[in-house]
Amino acid sequence: MQLESKVPDGPIAEKWENHKFSVRLVNPNNKRKFKIIIVGSGLAGASAGATLGELGYDVELFTFHDSPRRAHSIAAQGGINAAKNYHNDGDSVFRLFYDTVKGGDYRSREANVHRLAEVSLNIIDQATAQGVPFAREYGGLLDNRSFGGAQVSRTFYARGATGQQLLLGAYSALMRQVDAGKVKLHTRSEMLDVVVKDGRAVGVVVRDLITGAVTSHPAHAVVLATGGYSNVYYLSTNAMASNVTAIWRAHRRGAAFANPCYTQIHPTCIPASDEFQSKLTLMSESLRNDGRIWVPKNANDKRPPNQIPEEDRDYFLERMYPAFGNLVPRDVASRAAKRMVDSGKGVGPLENGVYLDFASAIEREGDAAVEDRYSNLFEMYNRITDEDPYQVPMRIYPAPHYTMGGLWVDYNLMTTVPGLYSIGEANFSDHGANRLGASALMQGLADGYFVLPSTIGDYLADFLGDPVLPVDDPAFSAVEGEVSERVNGYLETKGSRSVDWFHKELGKIMLDHCGMSRSSAGLDKALSDIPALYEEFKTDMRVPGVNESLNQSLERAGRVDDFFELAQAMCVDALYREESCGGHFREEHQTDEGEALRDDENFAHVAAWLWTGDASQPDLVKEELEFENVELTTRSYK
Amino acid sequence: MSPKDDDPAGAGIRDRGMSWHNATAVTSTVDKKRAPFPVEFYRSAIGKKWIMAISGLAIIGFAIAHMIGNLKMFLPPVDGEPDIDVYGHALRELFTPIFPEHSFLWILRTGLIVMFAFHVHAAYSLTVMNRRARQQGYEGPVSYVSANYASRTMRWSGVIFLAFLFFHLADFTWGIQPAAPEAWERGAVYANFIETFSRPPVTFLYIVAMVLLGIHLYHGIWSMFQSLGINNPRFNKWRRYLASGLSVVISLGFVVPVLAVVFGILE
Amino acid sequence: MNITLQVWRQGGPDVAGGFKTYQVNEISEEMSFLEMLDILNERLVNQGEEPIAFDHDCREGICGTCGVMINGQAHGPQLGTATCQLHMRKFADGATIVVEPWRASGFPLVRDLVVDRSAFDRIIEAGGYISVDTGSAPDANLIPIPKMVADTAFDAAACIGCGACVAACPNGAANLFTAAKISHLNLLPQGQAERWTRTENMVEIMEEYFGSCTNHGECEKACPKSISIDFIAMMNADYVKAKFKNRRLVSQT
Ligand SMILES: Cc1cc2nc3c(=O)[nH]c(=O)nc-3n(C[C@H](O)[C@H](O)[C@H](O)COP(=O)(O)OP(=O)(O)OC[C@H]3O[C@@H](n4cnc5c(N)ncnc54)[C@H](O)[C@@H]3O)c2cc1C
Ligand code: HEM
Ligand code: HEM
Ligand code: SF4
Ligand code: F3S
Ligand code: FES
Repeated sequence: MQLESKVPDGPIAEKWENHKFSVRLVNPNNKRKFKIIIVGSGLAGASAGATLGELGYDVELFTFHDSPRRAHSIAAQGGINAAKNYHNDGDSVFRLFYDTVKGGDYRSREANVHRLAEVSLNIIDQATAQGVPFAREYGGLLDNRSFGGAQVSRTFYARGATGQQLLLGAYSALMRQVDAGKVKLHTRSEMLDVVVKDGRAVGVVVRDLITGAVTSHPAHAVVLATGGYSNVYYLSTNAMASNVTAIWRAHRRGAAFANPCYTQIHPTCIPASDEFQSKLTLMSESLRNDGRIWVPKNANDKRPPNQIPEEDRDYFLERMYPAFGNLVPRDVASRAAKRMVDSGKGVGPLENGVYLDFASAIEREGDAAVEDRYSNLFEMYNRITDEDPYQVPMRIYPAPHYTMGGLWVDYNLMTTVPGLYSIGEANFSDHGANRLGASALMQGLADGYFVLPSTIGDYLADFLGDPVLPVDDPAFSAVEGEVSERVNGYLETKGSRSVDWFHKELGKIMLDHCGMSRSSAGLDKALSDIPALYEEFKTDMRVPGVNESLNQSLERAGRVDDFFELAQAMCVDALYREESCGGHFREEHQTDEGEALRDDENFAHVAAWLWTGDASQPDLVKEELEFENVELTTRSYK
Repeated sequence: MSPKDDDPAGAGIRDRGMSWHNATAVTSTVDKKRAPFPVEFYRSAIGKKWIMAISGLAIIGFAIAHMIGNLKMFLPPVDGEPDIDVYGHALRELFTPIFPEHSFLWILRTGLIVMFAFHVHAAYSLTVMNRRARQQGYEGPVSYVSANYASRTMRWSGVIFLAFLFFHLADFTWGIQPAAPEAWERGAVYANFIETFSRPPVTFLYIVAMVLLGIHLYHGIWSMFQSLGINNPRFNKWRRYLASGLSVVISLGFVVPVLAVVFGILE
Repeated sequence: MNITLQVWRQGGPDVAGGFKTYQVNEISEEMSFLEMLDILNERLVNQGEEPIAFDHDCREGICGTCGVMINGQAHGPQLGTATCQLHMRKFADGATIVVEPWRASGFPLVRDLVVDRSAFDRIIEAGGYISVDTGSAPDANLIPIPKMVADTAFDAAACIGCGACVAACPNGAANLFTAAKISHLNLLPQGQAERWTRTENMVEIMEEYFGSCTNHGECEKACPKSISIDFIAMMNADYVKAKFKNRRLVSQT
């Protein structure tokens, strides 16, 4: 099988414009004849739902949340990038494009990234018009902050709740379409499979989380906007319910899964306080603007932070990377912190963190200024740790946060299954091997507001006048059968261990062997441990209750099941990629100073995997990456 | 149709949610055939609260005037006739001869009655609405942080006060026994006053009623601003002071002459 | 620490429910309240009992999914804190904690501690948006907005839609939620065009499902974002104005 990226030719800056002109369109009064199913109501799903509704398509939107507004996008804190150059500090579409490609360690598709940078401008306009209360200066104009991996201030933010405000904007636009009758909403409905007939996606099968009813929903096209899979590590900054099920089941139906091993470990999270911890809390990266990261120079220096004099402190990021200092990209910062903790310099009761210190910022600008920027983050930290960041430095440690990998999509955001699209974090995205801060919100909204609505018509145009497949078509009943079988299977296993127990165990394996740093030995071990644990899971899980009512353990059983298969794909991919790039760090491939060592000769390509029926033996297909506009250099933030 | 009419538990909102594609129901408020504006306004809870505030305010106005009137009990008689009787008489003669005797007083009275009517009706229908809004109450203990005794007993303080009011009118204005003393006599306000409060149980009733009124106003006056949307973080704390102050002044102002009778300062 | 939990268990909307008492021993006060429930659930599963159903997702106090009555207070004793951000260190060792679902006719119970808050979506649907089709927006810096206005709008926009205001309100009123959304949009220049219809429509849908506000101020105290009831006053004022304004607009056309 060949991967056709469908990237239009022409100079990079004109590709998108030309493409928009060349794709086929559906005329306005024909649009309502097309039914489009969107799964997911995050930034990507909600913005797509709203926009497709506005355009006149007949949209149905599914989410397992009780309201579209709960989608995990709500948790994004720091901000969203846009090349507005409002501050005249030399920013431009090209610079944003360049930074993103470089930040992604040259493993992303140039054309997509440039398009992303182009539409970033419209996103800010759109959000502002919707009433998103971005932070403003006293003059009444929009304020910006700088973010990791960039030397310009291009990040728009709304206090520490940018994702919330952007999602509420998209959600309100979506609800406007619901009110207009253009979008039909299904809440607390979990998509459990994609239905493919004659090689095309023709609908989805959904389980109602309250009644347990399994139903089919036909459509002309299906869009998966179901977010990332960091929860494969159990402990991550993602919301508890975030999972891989939707895209994994699509993968099992033929959609190629690209770069599963590209995961991002976020440097600024609150370290775990005990083994019962259910999730890790992120402290927005924007804190690195004013916070200085350090550890005691001397490993067995156990004095409280405030009593450690300057000369005994090691501001290791500033020392190692003078140019970017505390603002180096996430993967770099995370690994540096890991090295410190591994070398015994970890701080805090469990010695599992490094300090993030605001003393100098407070000295420089005063409590008020700092409070103005970070008040809610400081409050959050205080609630969780009972410590006051104004007095004592924060303790932080890296945690799984974002997954660059996902369903492979072409320039039109269509997966390898015709009629099946994937947007937002769910696709393998424009971030290459590492995502820069404040660019996921940008990508989710770019896909949903601007890209998908312009490209989807090109596919639909072929099916004008064709009705959707009737729900009683055998294709649907067959899948419904499989889904119900799966669900009942979980209930009937009646083993001795809870689903969460298995999830935790899986998480530990993944964190140890497929986390911040990976080695062939470790990955091999993981690839033997995971299947063993998976077997146990299948035979020894215990799911109480019944299918016919809200049953949260039952929901999790299915999600953890898919995590087990995904985990193997991740390890296979990590093992295959004999290089270190971005979030993927192979101990065998590093410089003497322990920096990542890329191998552009052999690995400047996307590794997409096809389902074979055996999670540990997927088939590989490659998409070679050409770089015509940025030349590949070793990332240096020194 | 309100969800509470078709299914008491309000259940099945989600089912409606499932069929949101025919969501015309929601913004139909724009195109639905509307009753005349004042009716429309009064139908809404916020409108009712607004009316409550206005009527409450009017009644407060009356109460203050009335209270001042009662304080005339302390003024020396005007050639033999108690000052307050003169005042009562003057009230009846208000604007005569332009208006025939009593008529202007009746205009005032009607106004007052209307205000009471609105206030009470709004109070009633809001109470019903709020009952409906929580058919299944909390089974465990509920602990309030901000809602105080006054705010939670408004309807009770109100209703009881209403009952008192009828007694009060029977006592002073209509002269109906046993509410009114045997020696009741129309127009002889001063005498009636002394008579009434030489009956300890009645005196007690009045004092209790005035305390209730005070409590009612303690929340009412503060709440009034909120309902009318007169609000400014800068003077919000003054609303609290005003409410506390005024409610105390009013109930005291009423109670003082009563006590004066009890302690024989007035006879 | 050890605690005694009294949790409301109810199989579904149509079956009777009641309190069930659980002894939860050896938990650390570093734990969040929900992690404590996780542990209890884990133990229940191991005993073959059905775990307690409760809603939650982000566990960062931002998604608004979580929320239960804890000792008769929505989101528990710590002010300005969502249930998921509440930590066990706020409770005394050996304490008894009563846990109940939100109670309001507008929030029909689904199971145990889970209720259905879609009525909130209906309120938003009625006008909680600014009508601007994708692509039709002018440059973001075209309309400067005074910082104070933007900040106040944000204070209102911070609402996470958890429903604690309704749960805490003695009248089961949703005025704080609705006022927060209305004020957020009505304060901004972009929101002016639809200001009066928005206010009228959202209030009327709100009153279909919920009680009326008699200014108890309880909601403000329960709100994890400490949204001020000043916004309710703002909404009341706008509602009255809307009643006139909309008429006038209509009579002009
Ligand atoms: C703590 C945190 C902070 C972040 N901060 C930033 C930041 O500052 N800047 C930035 O740019 N990015 C940030 N990110 C990343 C960014 O928030 C996410 O990548 C982005 O929001 C993903 O949006 P999405 O729409 O693709 O998916 P999501 O928002 O995760 O939405 C997924 C949706 O899919 C639905 N769904 C999933 N599976 C199914 C199924 N099987 N059936 C039905 N529905 C399903 C869910 O209900 C949900 O509605 C942050 C992430 C985290 C975790
Ligand atoms: C201790 C408290 C009070 C005392 C001693 C008192 C005394 C009186 C007296 C003497 C009259 C007769 C006046 C007349 O006949 O000309 C009267 C009438 C009346 N009072 Fe009171 N009053 C008290 C409290 C109140 C309160 C709190 C209210 C309501 C807010 C009230 C409402 C009335 C009304 C409506 C009338 C009839 C006035 C009229 O003739 O139209 N009173 N009161
Ligand atoms: C006659 C019987 C009365 C009843 C049944 C009654 C009942 C009520 C009720 C239920 C409320 C609503 C509580 C709230 O919204 O905060 C209220 C508010 C109020 N009442 Fe009364 N009341 C009565 C008499 C009075 C009197 C005599 C006064 C003044 C002297 C008064 C003044 C007010 C005020 C100012 C408010 C506040 C209105 C608002 O919050 O908008 N009431 N009353
Ligand atoms: S106003 Fe506060 S309490 Fe009410 S829903 Fe919003 S956040 Fe929750
Ligand atoms: S508690 Fe209820 S009465 Fe009003 S002020 Fe809050 S809504
Ligand atoms: S779980 Fe998201 S707010 Fe509590």
